[in-house]
Amino acid sequence: MSLALDALTIGAVCAGAFFFMAGTVGLLRFPDTLSRLHALTKADNLGLGLIVLGLLFQAEAPFLALKLVGVWLLGLLAGATVAQLIAQAVQRGRLHE
Amino acid sequence: MDHLVFDIVLAALIVGVAAWTNVARDTLAAVIAFVACGLLLALVWVRLVAPDVALTEAALGSGLTGGLLLGASLRVRRTGTPAAAEQPSTSLRVAAAGMCIAVTAGLAGIVLLLPEPAPTLAASALANMAATGLGNPVTAVLMAYRAIDTLLEVVVLLFALLGVWSLAPDRVWGGFPGPRHRPDPDKPLAFVAQLLVPVGILVGIHIFWIGSVAPGGEFQGATILAAMWILTMLAGLVGAPAVSRRWLRFLLVGGPAVFVAIGLVGFAAAGAFLAYPKDYAKLMILSIEVPLTLSIAGMLALLVAGPPERTLQR
Repeated sequence: MSLALDALTIGAVCAGAFFFMAGTVGLLRFPDTLSRLHALTKADNLGLGLIVLGLLFQAEAPFLALKLVGVWLLGLLAGATVAQLIAQAVQRGRLHE
Repeated sequence: MDHLVFDIVLAALIVGVAAWTNVARDTLAAVIAFVACGLLLALVWVRLVAPDVALTEAALGSGLTGGLLLGASLRVRRTGTPAAAEQPSTSLRVAAAGMCIAVTAGLAGIVLLLPEPAPTLAASALANMAATGLGNPVTAVLMAYRAIDTLLEVVVLLFALLGVWSLAPDRVWGGFPGPRHRPDPDKPLAFVAQLLVPVGILVGIHIFWIGSVAPGGEFQGATILAAMWILTMLAGLVGAPAVSRRWLRFLLVGGPAVFVAIGLVGFAAAGAFLAYPKDYAKLMILSIEVPLTLSIAGMLALLVAGPPERTLQR
């Protein structure tokens, strides 16, 4: 049982790490701010979600699992807001490139 | 041994980010690197099993200090300070580098020359904890054994805020700090402020309250509360209060004043400044901590808001 849980954790966390890496590659290689934001927020939200999912299999108490999901939701909220703010700044021409 | 690779990567990353903070030509980039460096340092404290310090580093060292530096770098840009002021002379930079190297070498020397086992007061701090009624030895040190240090820290913070306020020209003295942020219901910032602030206030109070038995405490909780206040101000949902408002002055002075008053009660009740009588230690510590948390939150938020920029009359 615990072996199966460990395998699930390793799978999910590795998938999460892959999405983080993909997002970082996008951040470094995409040509303009908006597409970089797109790569970063999409990949990071999914990557963080998968890592949290992986850790859920290791949570000892339901409350701890709830906290982990809370961390993911707050991360989503922060990431989405910052992406919107930067995109607005780009549209108003306050950020270049 | 399991974590050796992780530790080495973490340490290398911190040195790299710290070096980048120093060589970055743009102040904004340097500040962002500084914040990243602080968050990585918080991870180091977690690895050293010091969650109290990790929380403080993440909230105050990285978050709030980063916010202050961000504001400062934007202000420097706005005033268009000539590039010469940003590039100190070579001799000054060599002197600064020399001092930094001396401090680092000194600290490294002290750590390397520590006797084995290192001298510690941890055992006596734990042994006397029952007398304070607290369950977290770090809070026992901050609020009981070395409460005077905490009192002085808060007073220093208050003086720092007065220093920031005194940067205001006479014309706007007593007025509203910072630029005015106009509310706009369609903005994502207003949305996130409405959604996040109730959660943040709850987390801030939780972190403060849990400090008596687990990692947390008034500085960490107050930083989160201050961040929530700053967020509502930035989103334009509430205006920054004029610094001459009486309730604001009472909020800022309340914590330190109660601290000193209870310290003086210690003379009568237990024979020394900030000594707590035996069965009332926890109660007295709590009666200091509640107003202190509110005062610190006010001080931190107003430090970020900056000196008064707008007059009372409009």
